[in-house]
Amino acid sequence: MPRYPLKTAARHGLWSCHGCNLLCRLPAAAQQSAWHCPRCGAALHRRKPHSLQYAWAFLIAAIICYIPANLLPIMLTDMLSGTQRDTIMSGVVYLWQGGSWPLALVVFIASVLVPLLKILSMLLLLLTVHWRSRWAPRQRTRLYRLLEVVGPWSMLDIYVVGLLVALVQLQSLATIKAGPGAIAFGAVVVLTMLSAMYFDPRLIWDVFEDDDE
Amino acid sequence: MLACHECDLLQTAPAHAAYGVCCARCGCRLLPGPSYQPATSLALVLAGLLVFILANVFPVVGLEAGGVRTATTLLGTAWQLAQQQMQPVALLILLTGVLLPGLELLCLLYLLLPLTLGHAPRGFAAVMRLVRILHPWGMVEVFLLGVLVSLVKLAHMAAVHPGIGLWSFFALILLLAGSASRFDAGLLWERYQACRATR
Repeated sequence: MPRYPLKTAARHGLWSCHGCNLLCRLPAAAQQSAWHCPRCGAALHRRKPHSLQYAWAFLIAAIICYIPANLLPIMLTDMLSGTQRDTIMSGVVYLWQGGSWPLALVVFIASVLVPLLKILSMLLLLLTVHWRSRWAPRQRTRLYRLLEVVGPWSMLDIYVVGLLVALVQLQSLATIKAGPGAIAFGAVVVLTMLSAMYFDPRLIWDVFEDDDE
Repeated sequence: MLACHECDLLQTAPAHAAYGVCCARCGCRLLPGPSYQPATSLALVLAGLLVFILANVFPVVGLEAGGVRTATTLLGTAWQLAQQQMQPVALLILLTGVLLPGLELLCLLYLLLPLTLGHAPRGFAAVMRLVRILHPWGMVEVFLLGVLVSLVKLAHMAAVHPGIGLWSFFALILLLAGSASRFDAGLLWERYQACRATR
């Protein structure tokens, strides 16, 4: 007894165009490679092509970059008293000790929690699709939607470093430079966003129909 | 007939939906409500472009300490980073903060202006695809939060002056959010086809 007895468009021989969302009917003997959307001319695919391979590749790259992003300093402050090296975590601690804990919380969520949860959620989505899991598809689709929304917010620290670098150029008093961690952190943000973009949430639901056949 | 773009469920949309249509299985939003008007989107995009210019020309924040004054715009930030051999980060800020949102606004203007006047713009499909690719990479709202965080970080070591650019960025994110929530590719395509048919 199938739990989701509804039919997808793909089962009816209809593919929706990735460019303009038009539903296109496929003739029985269609050459898959030669198909194009009649409205916008984009190539038609049943699902995003090589979705899992791309998503995995970007995710693994993001995990590798995540280590230097958190260990290397993202900001170097030259003062009379010496050079201060700030990693992402020490920036949060600095804000917290300075008494502005709401802001410390915002920065902590945006730069520590969000990238970590993004990586873990993508791992969860990719692994469950790989194992053809039938577990909580609705919640997993919602998780994916959330990933797309929060994705850009981890760029916060990059902007903060950029602004501080541009503003604090007071020759004698203090100058701020961006550290190598900033490059790695920027790469993590971009790579996790790419991974989420290439993932096709319809793969979560395809298991139900394949199993019911 | 509609196919959900997140779970591919095929379903029929109700004829007169008052608040837009959501997918029956996964809850993804499929169609906007009937209040959609391309002219309103165009107004938002035009206002957005004007504010975008203000936001990038005037300084966002200024700093004053020991008689030295510095002020920066978003472009200045990217420039300063590039000076310090941080080209990847500079490029990232330049693209996500200035170039991609600006390009997206220009693309939307190119699409909406002729459609509102009843003409079909050339290369409609290519520009629509471009908007789709550009949209997730515009991060103006994240930049604004970044400005607030840096204001607090700097406030104890020097006098900070929020500039005209900051207020323009506030207006810009409101306008961008308004135009993004109204943007619907399916309706624009229908309008485009209607404009081509009547010509």
